Amino acid sequence: MSSDIRFTDFKSDKQPTWCPGCGDFGTMNGMMKALAETGNDPDNTFIVAGIGCSGKIGTYMHSYALHGVHGRALPVGIGVKMANPDLEVMVSGGDGDGYSIGAGHFIHACRRNVDMSYVVMDNRIYGLTKGQASPTSREDFETATTPDGPNQPPVNPKALALASGATFIAQTFSSNSQRHAEIVQEAIEHDGFGFVNVYSPCVTFNDVDTYDYFRDTIEDLDETDHDRHDREQAKDKILEGDKEYMGVLYQDENSVPFEEREGVEGSMAEIPDGAPEGAMDLVREFY
Amino acid sequence: MPDDLNWAIGGEAGDGIDSTGKIFAQALSRAGRHVFTSKDFASRIRGGYTASKIRTSVDRVESVVDRLDILIALTERTVHENEDELHEDSVVIYDGERSTMQDVEVPHGATALEVPLKRLAEDAGGAIMLNVVALGAACEVTNFPIENLDESLQKRFGDKGEAIVENNKKAARMGQEYVREEFDHDFPYDVETTDEDYVLLNGDEAIGMGAIAAGCRFYAGYPITPATDVMEYLTGRIDQFGGKVVQAEDELSAINMALGAARAGARSMTATSGPGIDLMTETFGLVATSETPLVICDVMRSGPSTGMPTKQEQGDLNMTLYGGHGEIPRFVVAPTTISECFWKTIEAFNLAEKYQTPVFLVSDLAMAVTEQTFSPDTFDMDEVEIDRGKVVDEDDIDAWLDEKGRFQAHFPAADGVSPRAFPGTTDGAHMTTGLEHDELGRRTEDTEVRVEQVDKRNRKVETAKEQEKFDYREFGDPDADTLVISWGSNEGAMREGMEFLSEDGIDVRFISVPYIFPRPDLTEEVQAAETTIVVECNATGQFADVIEHDVLERVERINKYTGVRFDADELAAEVKATIAGETGTQEVQAE
Repeated sequence: MSSDIRFTDFKSDKQPTWCPGCGDFGTMNGMMKALAETGNDPDNTFIVAGIGCSGKIGTYMHSYALHGVHGRALPVGIGVKMANPDLEVMVSGGDGDGYSIGAGHFIHACRRNVDMSYVVMDNRIYGLTKGQASPTSREDFETATTPDGPNQPPVNPKALALASGATFIAQTFSSNSQRHAEIVQEAIEHDGFGFVNVYSPCVTFNDVDTYDYFRDTIEDLDETDHDRHDREQAKDKILEGDKEYMGVLYQDENSVPFEEREGVEGSMAEIPDGAPEGAMDLVREFY
Repeated sequence: MPDDLNWAIGGEAGDGIDSTGKIFAQALSRAGRHVFTSKDFASRIRGGYTASKIRTSVDRVESVVDRLDILIALTERTVHENEDELHEDSVVIYDGERSTMQDVEVPHGATALEVPLKRLAEDAGGAIMLNVVALGAACEVTNFPIENLDESLQKRFGDKGEAIVENNKKAARMGQEYVREEFDHDFPYDVETTDEDYVLLNGDEAIGMGAIAAGCRFYAGYPITPATDVMEYLTGRIDQFGGKVVQAEDELSAINMALGAARAGARSMTATSGPGIDLMTETFGLVATSETPLVICDVMRSGPSTGMPTKQEQGDLNMTLYGGHGEIPRFVVAPTTISECFWKTIEAFNLAEKYQTPVFLVSDLAMAVTEQTFSPDTFDMDEVEIDRGKVVDEDDIDAWLDEKGRFQAHFPAADGVSPRAFPGTTDGAHMTTGLEHDELGRRTEDTEVRVEQVDKRNRKVETAKEQEKFDYREFGDPDADTLVISWGSNEGAMREGMEFLSEDGIDVRFISVPYIFPRPDLTEEVQAAETTIVVECNATGQFADVIEHDVLERVERINKYTGVRFDADELAAEVKATIAGETGTQEVQAE
C-alpha cells in the first residue's frame, strides 16, 4: 500500500452511461475517495457489483472486480474475503439487488460480519428497467407495474440490518460528497461488515424521492447527540419512519470479523505442487 | 464369485442402524476383509424402516447381491422387508422376548435365532446396547472372532469414556455367549480374517479427501442429502491445511461464495444434490463467462422436485450437461467407483484451473452412502499432480498487458486459455462480468468481439480434447458380440454381473464411462458390437440418448428408477434378457 494513491487511480477509462445528474456518480466518487483515503490501491482491492444501474460501477472503477448475478454480490464478496483477508473487499449494488432479490443474502451477510463494506445505492426505483417499484418505494408510489402504488410498506433496510445483528449501520446522501466519502471510509475501517445505505436519487424515473426531498428532510447525526454505540438509540432512529438521517446509526465497538473468528490467517491462493504435507494421514484415518 | 457373506441390520430410523452397521463394517475391514455396504434409510428421524447391509469377502466386493445370510431384525417389519433375500441357510437374529416380535415368522426355512437382546443389554449396563448384543450374536453365528469388534467399539464410543466402551465389549460378549450356550453350533458360516490392512470410506468422503489432496482451500455449501457428507468431511479437516468450510444460507449463496473464493485465487468447490443444482444453475453461466475455475459437485438423488431424497437415481445427466440459459462451456466428469471419486475430484480441480471453466463432478447416492474397503495405497498421495494452468505473477504479467498497461484477463489466446492473475498481483487489476465483455473484461456488444469471446471460451473445450485423455474403463471380452455401456456407480454391479453372465456362458464387453463431456467417441465400439446396451439408473435413458446422438445408431436400454441401485445378479439377468430380445426393463420397473 502506498500513500501516493489518488482516488482517480480507482477510475477506469470507461465513461459512465448513467443519466446526467444520477446520484450514482456521487456515490461512486465517494467510494473511490474512501478507498484511496484508507490507503488501498486498485491491485489489492476487490469490488463486487450487483445488477442494475448501480451494478455498472465495476466497469467504471479500476480494481479487481466482478460484476455477477442479480442479487448475489454479497456472497461473492464473502468468498473473496474468506479466501484472501488481505484484500480490501467492497460490495456495491442497488435497492433491488440488495433488498429484493438478494434480501436473503443481505440478512445473512449482516449476521456473518465478514470484514468488508457494502454500499447500497438506494434510489427507491428500478431504473435500468425504466421505472418499476423497488422494495424501498413508497406504499403509494405509482409506476407502470404498480399503478396504484405497491400497496405494501417499503422495506426498512437499516431495521433489517439491526435485527440481523449488523455491527455497522450507516446512511449517506450521494449529493453530500464530503460526508458520504467520510462515512464510507468509516465503513471500510470498521472491523466487520460495514453497511452504508446511500440515498442516490434517480432523476429520470423517481420524481418523489428527489435531491430536493432528501436535502430538505435529511438530518446529519453528527449535528445531534446521537450515540452510535447505543443500540437502543439506533433502534429508535431507524424505526422513527418519517425522518431521514445521515451518519453512522450504529456501530458495535466489539465487533470481531467472521474470518478472524474462524481463524483464517492469510491468502488461500498458494498451494503446493502436489498433495499437501500430511495428506496421507487423511487416508490412515479411514483404518 | 467371491466367497461372500451378506449381513444386514434393520429397524426403525433412530434405532442406531447406521452406526451399528458402521461398527461391524469397520470390524470386518480391520480383520482384513473386504466390505461393501449399502443403506436404505428413511428421511424422517423416526418412524420409517431403515437398514444397513454389508457384503463382505476376503476377495474384493464391488456391489450388492440379492441375498441375505445374516439378518438382525429389530422390528417385525424388517423380516418382511427382506423376505425375498432370505434362504434356507439364513439366520435371523431377533429379540423373541419383545412383545412386538411375537408374530415373527422366518421364511424359507431360515433359522430363527431368538436372543433376548434387550435383557442381555440391560445386564451389561443399559438397554441402549442391544444392537451390540446382536453384533456379538452375529459374531458367534459367523465364527468371526469377537475381538475384532473391540477396536471399532473403541472408535465409536471412546469419547464417551472407558466405562461405556467396556460395557459395550461386555454386551457383545453376552450376545456371543448366549448363542454359544443356547444353540447348537451348526451354522454354515466361517468369516475368515486376513493380515491385510484396509481403509473403509464412502464416496462423499473420497470426494472430500480428493479435494484436500488437490489443494482445495475453500468450500461453501448448504446441507442436502446425500451431499452433506462431503461438507462434514471437509469441516475441520480442511482447516488443518489452511482452508475453510462455510455453511451458506442457501445454494445460491454457496456457489457465489465458492466463485468469489476462486476469483481470489483459491481452489474452491461446492457440493449439492438435485434441488441445489437447480438453484446453482443461475450462476453456471457467470462461472463460465467470467472464466472462473470452479468445481461443482452434484451427488445425485431421486428427483424431480423433492423426489425420494434418500434414494438412488442418475437423473441429473442432462441438467449438468445442458443446464443454464445460453450456451455454457463446461466439463462433466462422473466417477464410476468410490476410489475414482477421489482421483476424479483431483482431476476436476486441474481441469477447472487449466481451462478456467466450471467442472461438474457428478456422483450419486449409491456411492455416497456406500462404504467400501481399499488398500491404503489406492490413495497414494505421492501420485497427486497439481496443474494450476496459466497463472501469472508480477514477474511475467507484463507480457499480458495491453499497450495502455491494462491486464487482459480474457485475452483470446490460440488455445482459448487466458492468463490468470490473482487479486493482489501488481498491475493485474481487472474486472470481469457476466455481461459479454472484451479482452479486458469490459462490457461490449460489438459483434466481432462477441464472436471472438464466444469462440475463445468454446475453444478451451477443444483444446482440452486435444490435451487430455477423456477415456473409458474397459472390462470383459473386447471381441464380445454384446457391448454394455454404463456411467456412474453402476460399474461395480456390472463387473460382478459379468461373472454371473459368464456362468451362463455369456461374454460381454463392458465400457464404463467417467467422462460425460467431453466424452470418448464410442462410434467404433458400438458399430463393432451386435448389441449395445446402455445401463443407467433413470427412466428415460439420458446417457443412452447421448450415445445414440454420438454414434447415430439405436441402442438397447436398461433403466432402473425404483430408487434402489442395481444388484449384480439382477443386472446380469436384465442383460441376459435384453440379449434374448426381451424388453429388459419391465421386471426392474415392477420391483
